Formats: sequence, structure tokens, C-alpha cells
Amino acid sequence: MDLILVAVISLGAVGLIAAIILYVASKKFAVYEDPRNAQVAEVLPQANCGGCGFPGCAGFAEACVKAGSLEGKMCPVGGQETMDKIAAILGLQAEASEPKVAVVRCNGSCENRPRIVKYDGARSCKVAHATCAGETACAFGCLGCGDCVASCKFDAIHMNPETGLPEVDEAKCTACGACAKACPRVIIEIRPKGKNNRRVYVSCVNKDKGPVAMKACKVSCIACGKCVKECSFEAITVANNIAYIDPTKCRLCRKCETVCPKNAIVSVNFPPRKPKVETPETPASETQKAE
Amino acid sequence: MKTFRIGGVHPAENKLSASSAIEVLGLPKQAVYPLSQHIGAPAVACVAKGDVVKVGTKIADAGGFVSASIFSGVSGKVAKIDSIIDASGYRKPAIFIDVDGDEWEESIDRSEALVKECDLKPEEIVEKIKNAGVVGMGGACFPTHVKLCPPPGSKAECVIINAVECEPYLTADHRLMLEKPEEILVGVSLLMKAAKVEKGYIGIENNKPDAIKLMQEKATSYPGIEIIPLKVKYPQGGEKQLIDAVIGRQVPAPPAIPISVGAVVQNVGTAFAVYEAVMKNKPLFERIVTVTGKSVEKPSNFLTRMGTPISKLIDAAGGLPADTGKVIGGGPMMGKALVNTEVPICKGSSGVLIMNYKEARRGEARPCIRCAKCVNACPMGLEPFLLSTLTSFDEWERAEKEDIVSCIECGSCQFTCPSNRPLLDMIRLGKSTVMGIVRARSAK
Repeated sequence: MDLILVAVISLGAVGLIAAIILYVASKKFAVYEDPRNAQVAEVLPQANCGGCGFPGCAGFAEACVKAGSLEGKMCPVGGQETMDKIAAILGLQAEASEPKVAVVRCNGSCENRPRIVKYDGARSCKVAHATCAGETACAFGCLGCGDCVASCKFDAIHMNPETGLPEVDEAKCTACGACAKACPRVIIEIRPKGKNNRRVYVSCVNKDKGPVAMKACKVSCIACGKCVKECSFEAITVANNIAYIDPTKCRLCRKCETVCPKNAIVSVNFPPRKPKVETPETPASETQKAE
Repeated sequence: MKTFRIGGVHPAENKLSASSAIEVLGLPKQAVYPLSQHIGAPAVACVAKGDVVKVGTKIADAGGFVSASIFSGVSGKVAKIDSIIDASGYRKPAIFIDVDGDEWEESIDRSEALVKECDLKPEEIVEKIKNAGVVGMGGACFPTHVKLCPPPGSKAECVIINAVECEPYLTADHRLMLEKPEEILVGVSLLMKAAKVEKGYIGIENNKPDAIKLMQEKATSYPGIEIIPLKVKYPQGGEKQLIDAVIGRQVPAPPAIPISVGAVVQNVGTAFAVYEAVMKNKPLFERIVTVTGKSVEKPSNFLTRMGTPISKLIDAAGGLPADTGKVIGGGPMMGKALVNTEVPICKGSSGVLIMNYKEARRGEARPCIRCAKCVNACPMGLEPFLLSTLTSFDEWERAEKEDIVSCIECGSCQFTCPSNRPLLDMIRLGKSTVMGIVRARSAK
């Protein structure tokens, strides 16, 4: 009988002491956490992709709450909708932002860009880029080893085995920018999706001079400057032997696409062009129509 | 017999061209000089289009202390200063010279006579070496004068000459020793004088018994120079491995350099170039290049003017074989596959190796089986399998802790891997990335 009594008392005493220590510790070392952190984290997509620039969704939530304003903060996966929700929780104003998408700026398919050597090193764009110029005469274009595909957490980018180039699935792409970071040649750009998902961009990053670029690839930008002259909105600039269309200035008139002698300018999601009969409409009205 | 302590492998030697005497190669129609042929800052062109140059005329000035001048190996007219596709396929600035005749600068002593006497001061010798654009001829192309100017606080105790030629196939240094032994020994004495040391060692692997014997005979009349026969093991020609093999000292991890243990290491080809630069006033514009391969008709050693396209050398050796799988600039272990054969011979081009399909083919990479063969083979005592994995996961901090920057890129790990894993490919990338991070940190 004594034995049981001793056991109960001693265990009870140990439990009591432990309880006191735990109680004191929980009061003394308590860390105050803003309850809004959890609320914000709840509305985030929980993809933990890092596309916002913070370490995961929890990190982004904490940063939003701490900063006291949503300036410069954007969850590329959740988009405007999520940011509005966060704004409502925090009683702040969300910055208006455009939805974006990853754009592959190389059209050097096997057909357009002949393969002149065979690369048999490690199947990694990073290694290939550091070792050699790649399998073609273009030292700037896609290497085709698929680092971007491996980097995507949303299954939104895949290699097309026919062209040997990556293709972005617009529906799945969240514009987190992982592929753009993974590409050692900075071919992938995160661009605004554009009105009705329509975009016009230069699908080439070759910085070689015209004649050299021309030899390497059928659809390379040769920096002839025709598009610059054609553009009525000063949206196109040529620097380092490469043209660039500023998406904020571009009005999607597609005139540049028609004048490009190398078909390096690409437009996506436009309806098929009407056969040229009547006088061309002014670009401004065209955009209005598109709306 | 002496050798280095840690790791190492023994690839098939394949010294096919060892018995071919050095032949003088004819002049090309056009010679091309890339401005970056050495480690350090690129040289700056000091000629313009239309300028007439002679053999031995300086065409580009050193772009800094760690840099080297470039000299024309041909006489003719500067056609243009443009870009050339280099061995890796990227465009690099270069000087193009249309060859016309073979007129040499008057200051160069073209006689074959051996000059032994030298009353120059050490500083004057270094100055002459610097002005002749001499760089390490083993392949790394580190400017020679920089090695002879030790940083404050360190003192050289001996000069070690690398005549190991541990790369399979290559025989340029072997032939040079057989044909110019006295010139090399004078060059070594000059290097010893310039480094202000009394002792010089020439390390030769014992797969070249004829060279060892000849050099030992000749060396008796040169005080302080000792020939050290070494056991055949790759990568014995690595600077740190050679120091360990010859004087039994180990160079600590970077930032320590060979001079930290009192050694100045120079290639045997460099010693010859130093002799020519100091005694004959002849800047560095030609070198010996081995053209070899199992299917090559006539494996040869050519005395080649720099700027000559590699295709010309291949033609002279009997043309490109039909079963060519890869053309490699350098040896099979450390050389790089060329993307085109119009690349010119530069200061560091020690050989051109033509591999057939069977040799060139890389096996399919399979998963690592943790056999640790790469760990045993690594001459720097690193763990290649780990470094390559860390690189593929961008774990730069950990890679730095595992001492990735100590890698000498010898390729022993990849050579020994039974799973054909591209270990060196990954480690090279990791090393350059980590070095970039370290540089950026120290610049802050």
C-alpha cells in the first residue's frame, strides 16, 4: 500500500513542478504573434514558390503585416484577387497590378537554327552555358537542356520535342519567375499578359551583329531598326544589336510584326489577320475594338 | 620512386607521337591572335588595321600586371581587329594578320648557337621575360613574370620544373627535352637566378627514360639542377601534386599558393621560352604542338607559329580521319572539345587530340552508387560526388565549406566513375560560381 502511495505522491510532485516550470516559461518567453499573420497566410495560395521574393507564403504574410503598406508587394500566383483579400484583412490599399506570364524569347527550333555541333556533357543548361556556346552557331539562344522545366513548380513549362524549345502553358503559369531565374541565358522574360491575353514581343535575344546573327538562325533579330521606325508609340528600342518592345508602351497594333524581315517579332492570341483589302485601321481604334 | 601522396589515377598513356621528331610547320595564309590567351586581364591591341608587322612585333600590350603581351608570329599586314569564334563557340576579340613573306624583327638572334653566359641582374631577367610575353606553357597560361615576383613576406627556396607531361597522348615536352636539353637547362638556370634560389629540380615521369637519361647527363655541368624521376601517375603535372612529389611539401588550401611553401613551379616549355626570350631576344610567338590520335595517319610534333589555325596542323598530320568523334584542344583529361577547327594555336595550346567515335562517346550517366572511387582518386582530397550534388542543388555555402575552390579540375573523378556521372562538369560550374561569390564578398 505504501508503495502505491509513494509512487502517486512522487509522480504527482514531479508533474506539479513541471507544470509550474512550463507555466512560468510560457509567460516569460511568450512571443507575440500578430494574429493577422495567420489570416493573411490563409488567403495565400500556399505554393511556397518564392515568386514574391520572400521565403514562402508565411514569410510573405509576415512581411505584408509588418510593412504596413502593400506597396511593391505582389503574390504572382494569387494575383490581384489575393492581394485585394490581403488588403481587406489589413485595411490597406492593394496596388493595382497586371497579371503576368513567362515568355520564351527564342524561336530557334531545329528547323530555324541548324545544329552544327553535338553537346554531350551534363544535361543542364547551366553547365552547357559555362562549357560552350551550345549546339548551334547562336551563342545566345535556348540550349534546350530544360533547366526551366525542372525549376517550374506549377508544371507550366514543357519542352516541345519537335522544336527543342520550352513552351509555357499560360493557364498554369503563375509568373513566379523561377524559370526566368533558372535560365542562364536570360531568354525567359516575365511580361504582362496584355489585354485579352494578347502580346507582341521580340522572340530573340541574340546580341551578335546582323550578318552573324543572320547566319546562325533564320528568325534572329538583326537590329535593322525597321520596327523602331514603324512603331507610332515609341515602344521599341534597339540596344546591343537587339530590339525590345516595351510592354507598357505597346498598343498591340502589330505593325512591327509585319515589317520585321526576319519574323523575329511574335504576336500571340490574336485572331487571324484579315486579308489586306481596305485601308488599315489606326492602331488606337484597333485596340479599342479588341476591348 | 617519388610521387604525390593523395589520390591519382593511371589512364592509358598512348604516347603515339613520342618518336616523331619536331617538324617545323609552314606558315598559314592568315594568322589570328585572340587578345585573351592567358590568365588575367586581356591584352590591349597596339596595332591598327593596315599596319605592317614583322615576326616578333608586339601586337598587343599587357592589360595589367597579371597579363601578358602578344607578339605576331608572322609577317604581313593587319587585316582587321574583329571577333573570332573561340574553342567553346563564343566570340572573342582577336587580331587578324594576312601573311606576306617571313620577315623577322632584327633584334631577334636567329642563330642556333647555344648561349650560356648571362650577366643580367635578376630584376633584368624578370623584365625581359615580361617584355617577351612569356606565360606558363603547360596550358594554364599564367604569366611567368608574376610567379617570379613573390608577394611580400614569402621567399622562394627552389624552382621546380614540370617536365612530367602526365596527360596521356601529349609528347611536346618530351620531344623538347630530347632535342633542346641544353637550352632548357640554361633556361632553368635563368629562372633560378631570377627567383634568387640555388636549387632547381626537374621532375620527369619514368615513362620517358630517354629524356631522364639525357637530361641527367647534361645537368652535370649545371650546378644546382637535379633531375628527379617520378612514378607515372596522373595528375602529377598539377602544381601542388608536383611540389608534393618532388620536395614532399603540401600546399595548404587557398589562398595559399606554391610560394607559401617556398616553391616556384614552371613548365619545361616555359624554361625553353625563357631561354629564348632572355638569350635570343625572341618573344613568345611559336611553340611545340602535338597532333595525335589513334586514327591519325601521322601523329606528329610541330613547331608552330601562334595564330595558325588548328585545321592546318591536322592537315599536316594526315588530315581529319573519317571516324573522328571529337577534336580536343589539349590532352584527353583536361583538354576541351573544340566546336570548330579554325581556332588558332595560342600560347597554351599543347596539343590537338583527335578521338574516334568509340573513344569520344560518353556513357550514359547513371545514379551514384556511393562506391567512393572518386573520393579515392581525388588528388586534392575532396569529395567529388558531394561537390557535384551540392552544385546541382545550388548549395553554394556548403560547397564553399567543402572546399570546392581547391579543385584543380584534373578530371580524375570523372575518369574513375563507374556510373559515368558528369562530376567535373558540375564541379567546374560550382567552383566558378563559388569563386564569384567569394570575390564579391571580399570586394565589399
